[in-house]
Amino acid sequence: MRTVVDLTRCQGYAQCVFHAPEVFKLHGEEGLLYATAVPDDQVSRVREAAAACPVQAILLGEEVSGGAR
Amino acid sequence: MPDDLKDGRIVIVGASLAGLRAAETLREEGFTGSLTLVGDEPHAPYDRPPLSKQVLLGQATADTTELPMRRDPEAEWRLGVRATGVDRLAKRVLLEDGESLPYDRLLIATGTRARPWGNPDEAAMDGVFTLRTREDGAGLAERLAAGPERVLVIGAGFTGSEIASACREMGLQVTVAERGPAPLVGALGATLSKLAAVMQRNHGVDLRTGVTVTALTGNGAFTGAQLSDGSRVPADVCVVALGAVRNVEWLADSGLAVGPRGIACDAGCRAFDMYGIVTDDIYVAGDVSRFPHPLFGYQMLSLEHWGNAVEQAEVAAHNMVSPGALRRPHLAVPTFWSTQFGLNIKSVGVPTYSDYIVIAQGSLEARRLAMVYGYKGRVTAAVTVDMSRSLDYYKHLIETAAPFPPPPGAADRAIAADITIPSAVPDPSVLSHGPTVALTGHLPDRRLTVV
Repeated sequence: MRTVVDLTRCQGYAQCVFHAPEVFKLHGEEGLLYATAVPDDQVSRVREAAAACPVQAILLGEEVSGGAR
Repeated sequence: MPDDLKDGRIVIVGASLAGLRAAETLREEGFTGSLTLVGDEPHAPYDRPPLSKQVLLGQATADTTELPMRRDPEAEWRLGVRATGVDRLAKRVLLEDGESLPYDRLLIATGTRARPWGNPDEAAMDGVFTLRTREDGAGLAERLAAGPERVLVIGAGFTGSEIASACREMGLQVTVAERGPAPLVGALGATLSKLAAVMQRNHGVDLRTGVTVTALTGNGAFTGAQLSDGSRVPADVCVVALGAVRNVEWLADSGLAVGPRGIACDAGCRAFDMYGIVTDDIYVAGDVSRFPHPLFGYQMLSLEHWGNAVEQAEVAAHNMVSPGALRRPHLAVPTFWSTQFGLNIKSVGVPTYSDYIVIAQGSLEARRLAMVYGYKGRVTAAVTVDMSRSLDYYKHLIETAAPFPPPPGAADRAIAADITIPSAVPDPSVLSHGPTVALTGHLPDRRLTVV
């Protein structure tokens, strides 16, 4: 699974950092850096993070090479 | 008629962010016909912003930045194949392998590529990089991880500044050479460029402004550069961050309105031909497009923004499968972000479309502020530094053509929020890097007004 954050929307509420600290990290006061590849054991945490995001900026999904060819 | 639009053959040339999101939207809107995506890179659509951040810092590898799908676009993917032209009469996209793909409607989303160093022999030296593709990101990350003595970054736009930031975070010595007076000045104007320069120097960047790089030297492998002030910078890695070039050459014989600033299209993303007649079967989205925007004098806007690629792709896809009366205009207010030297910089509107600014909240000294840009008494843009939650408010002011300086709004309004300062946006031709936002005027390549 892959994740991408719409950083145009992100306002640094950092809920994702609490839900999935191994995937999402704050860089400074409100910049967000994240692991683009989501390990299997983190998928449910990233789902929670995506649901908890106040601005709904997190997308989790399969990459194109993962089945759409 | 609407039923016909939901069927048929759609070809999308460009298999990156805009192409993928358009493909998903077409299916979302009920398109049931055949859908083919053509991409010259041999990879599934991937995200580029992490390449100058997480990937360089070693927090993600370049081969794991594929974009997640919102839904399976059920498309045929032709990856690693370059499109070489469009036959508009026969309605076919020509491919480099000699094949051609018939279309009923075509979406062009070929984006941009990194502007290469001017001297091809110097550019070919080991240790000289640009940063745009996954291969670029992987190669540069590997080289930085090996611990070079010094990195030279040419160009202090957003990409160059982010690379310099990553280098410092990794403890690497870095020199930034910029022809303009300060980093980011072309995008943000003089006042915020002062903050950008202070941030670079406080983080230990050897920042050289008002200079050009006259030669890259080395015998097969890069060893340093000559600057126009006569000095020499010894370095073992060089990153050329001189902005982007639009991928339009393949359309030279297409009869479309194609130029160095992109392909002109109407507010509904339909491409113009070279006579200014709008097509109804060819659409454009993302970095390769130029489109009119009512908030900025209906000038043609060229953007290199992630958010614009997504929103314009969605509008283009909707219009491709909708009858005239149901089509939507692409009117989104330009928005972008950059993370560098521990600061989160976000922008809404077009900061270069301005004559004056005010610091509405916060201060430069606090490294936390909201700056509002105005043009002829109207709010046209805002930039926040570590204050992104205020941005939507200013976006609302821009969308409603609020007066400038803006009326009191925030509880933490700065003391001098009504004292205007010239925005001092320089002529883009004085900068090393290209503009990421260009208002290209009504004559595409003659009246370049602002960066």
